Amino acid sequence: MSHHFIEFADVAFRYPDGTPALQGVSFRVTHGESVGIVGANGAGKSTLVLQMNGCLLPSAGRIRIGDLEMTPGTRQEIRKKVGVVFQNPDDQLFMPRVFDDVAFGPINLGMAPERVAERVRSALATVGCAHLEQKPPHHLSGGQKRAVAIAAVLAMAPDILVMDEPSADLDPRSRRQLIGLLQSFRHSKIIASHDLDLILDVCDRCLVLRDGRLAADGSAADILTDQRLLEANHLELPLSLQTGRERRPRAGAPSFS
Amino acid sequence: MHMSDALLSPAVGGAMWAGTLGTIAYCSKKVRTEADDQVPPLMGVTGAFVFAAQMINFTIPGTGSSGHLAGGMLLAILLGPHAAFLVMASVLIIQALLFADGGLLALGCNIWNLGMYACFIAYPLIYAPLVRRHRTPGRILLASLASAIVALQLGAFSVVLETVVSGRSDISLGLFALLMQPIHLAIGAVEGVITAGVVNYVRKLQPEALVHTGMTRRVPGGRLKTLTLAFLFLALVTGGVFSWFASANPDGLEWALQRITGAAEIPEHTTGIGATLRALQAKLAILPDYTFKPDAPPKAEASRESLAWPHVDVGTTVAGMVGVAMMITLMFVVGVGIRALRKRAARG
Amino acid sequence: MHRFDLGALDRLAYGDSPLHRLDPRTKVLVTAAFVVTVVSFPKYEIAGLIPCFLVPVLALLLGGIPAAPILKRILGASVFVICVGALNPLLDTEVLHRFGSVSISAGWVSFGSILLKYVLTMSVLLLLVATTSFPGIARALGRVGVPAVFVNQLVFLYRFLFVLLAEAQRMVLARDLRAFDGRGRGLRVTAQLLGTLCMRTVERAQRIYQAMCSRGFSGRLPSVGSARLRMADWACLSLMALLLILLRNYDLVGAVGQHLVQIF
Repeated sequence: MSHHFIEFADVAFRYPDGTPALQGVSFRVTHGESVGIVGANGAGKSTLVLQMNGCLLPSAGRIRIGDLEMTPGTRQEIRKKVGVVFQNPDDQLFMPRVFDDVAFGPINLGMAPERVAERVRSALATVGCAHLEQKPPHHLSGGQKRAVAIAAVLAMAPDILVMDEPSADLDPRSRRQLIGLLQSFRHSKIIASHDLDLILDVCDRCLVLRDGRLAADGSAADILTDQRLLEANHLELPLSLQTGRERRPRAGAPSFS
Repeated sequence: MHMSDALLSPAVGGAMWAGTLGTIAYCSKKVRTEADDQVPPLMGVTGAFVFAAQMINFTIPGTGSSGHLAGGMLLAILLGPHAAFLVMASVLIIQALLFADGGLLALGCNIWNLGMYACFIAYPLIYAPLVRRHRTPGRILLASLASAIVALQLGAFSVVLETVVSGRSDISLGLFALLMQPIHLAIGAVEGVITAGVVNYVRKLQPEALVHTGMTRRVPGGRLKTLTLAFLFLALVTGGVFSWFASANPDGLEWALQRITGAAEIPEHTTGIGATLRALQAKLAILPDYTFKPDAPPKAEASRESLAWPHVDVGTTVAGMVGVAMMITLMFVVGVGIRALRKRAARG
Repeated sequence: MHRFDLGALDRLAYGDSPLHRLDPRTKVLVTAAFVVTVVSFPKYEIAGLIPCFLVPVLALLLGGIPAAPILKRILGASVFVICVGALNPLLDTEVLHRFGSVSISAGWVSFGSILLKYVLTMSVLLLLVATTSFPGIARALGRVGVPAVFVNQLVFLYRFLFVLLAEAQRMVLARDLRAFDGRGRGLRVTAQLLGTLCMRTVERAQRIYQAMCSRGFSGRLPSVGSARLRMADWACLSLMALLLILLRNYDLVGAVGQHLVQIF
């Protein structure tokens, strides 16, 4: 139980062309926690997510997942515990049928075909996509693709679930269903998102990233109601908490990050 | 430039399929043993890219008509010859199956025509040597032009040969070549320019994308390749020898027709398009006496001629060789299939 | 060359009918055998090809496939064949048939034969695709011995085909909305568009690779499962073999004609 944790100790990451993406990031997520990661575009959210299962390795600092330290040798093993759902479902559904995609992980884990089929069916049922089993991914809607991508990771039964922008491109109803689904998960959850209202609904804890550094780490309820803190980090209050004054245009020429 | 089933004889189609399948097997082995893990998804997506690229049409300067990229050379540059051949083959299979571009039997020809020359002749013999020492935009343009033109000329000529040897069309080698080669010279030039443009653009902005991953080690020999070549050679020799013993019985329908039409004189048109074309054909005929048409129309004289046995004739020999090659291949394929089925049954 | 109505045949492939339920291997074999048989008819054959139409018509009916998309594609892809085939009547003018004062040259007969063969071979090919999903065909190939590397390539290509086509469509649209009077569509712009698409393709491949690794991919691609051929498959294969032998070696049209003549 206690060994399901992720720990970042003074992690830094630099892209091959020299751009610094993360600097001095330290935090620890323990079993059962649900943590949101927020920040402006370019703050380093996606880079942080990629560090969590070894797609990118830190340039400095240490990452521990349970009793394993993140190294090129251990990352295959780590990927069995940490399941990552990326931003674009089209990048993650690469098999010809939904069933094959969701089965990909369990097959690679070495499971017998009957157990694989069991896992696939139960994962698809969890996300409400059992009827899509035989469909090819390009016949699915955006929301369905996203659900299947989540199922594909759930089928591996990871201890920790990491998601990057899960609600992007979802219509309001699908988004609401996604929130319900995430709330029902017992896994440890780490969710990187612009959708502050989703974070507010789903996460107990919140990390704020700015320019590659951790600007704040505390309870989601505290951070996401702190207007000054949010605005100092190029964010806003969640829409559901805004009263109307926040919606007036700001002075000066626009500049996008 | 896509061949069609209706213009092919089973012999030619089968022979080309044999060549293509052998090459696919060889390239698959190469990719499996030498390419790194990143290559399979890259191959898949670049195949889709070729399709997508063919959608982006442009106006050809000077003519006003529109054209698009074929992609063979670009694939070879991006992925290396072996992976590129596989990608080209997969693209053509999808084109044939999902978009009805070309037939099932003709697929073997099309994959060979569009893949073989670009990947295994133009790229290693023309593009790579020209670009190896000086990777400048100018050099790349020159190399692309030369290799694309050569690849397409060879491909177009293959279409000509395949059609003529099949004998379903009356068009002669010379006439067909005269129609196909110049057009594909122009197409090749445009292809070369666009390929160079893409390569230079990507080099400027993301040079690491052009390192075709993990295929740069040279492995000497390769038993599978030797085996395949030996197999094909044997088939050709066998076919050549056997065809000399093939008797030339006129086909059932033709025999019936001979009896109906009797010794009717054959009127020839002296005016019109037919006459012009025939005159042109006669002038261009490279080998006017060669029987490249195994199914010649029944002539009154033929029924009276008795053909000596064995029937030694160069045209029949070619057809015969090709026919045996196909038969052997079919048997090989069926044999493999049966063996595979038995293995499954044994495993239970 | 490509129409923008992609995927119509692909959608039909996911339907359900006795034909859809046959093993893909059966359908591929049967289609290939039919194509080879049709193509093996000699150059001037017309009568023998007519009864062959039984096969595509039966397949159309059994598979519940609408005729319109099939016919449309047959027509659309016929340009090359028609162009080359049409030279036959011009080049081969020996007279083969005479009906009173009308004489038909051998060239027209061979052209007719070419057209019939084209329609026959193309229709069964399209019907194969319309009743067998492309991944099914790829799996069938894998089961008869095609190397796994190539089968996986076919499967990946198919998967990302529609994604990239949609992307290219958007790029072309974006270009066309800002191209006027023939400017903006030249070679240089095209090369740049293609270059951008190429880079995006490579980046996408990297992301896919990351997603694959994240789900445990270690270099070995999943192998094709095995399945037994069912009774329906064996029945289809044997029936087809019999039918093809019949079609190729017996003058069915003549026999029917003779019987009818005898009756009247």
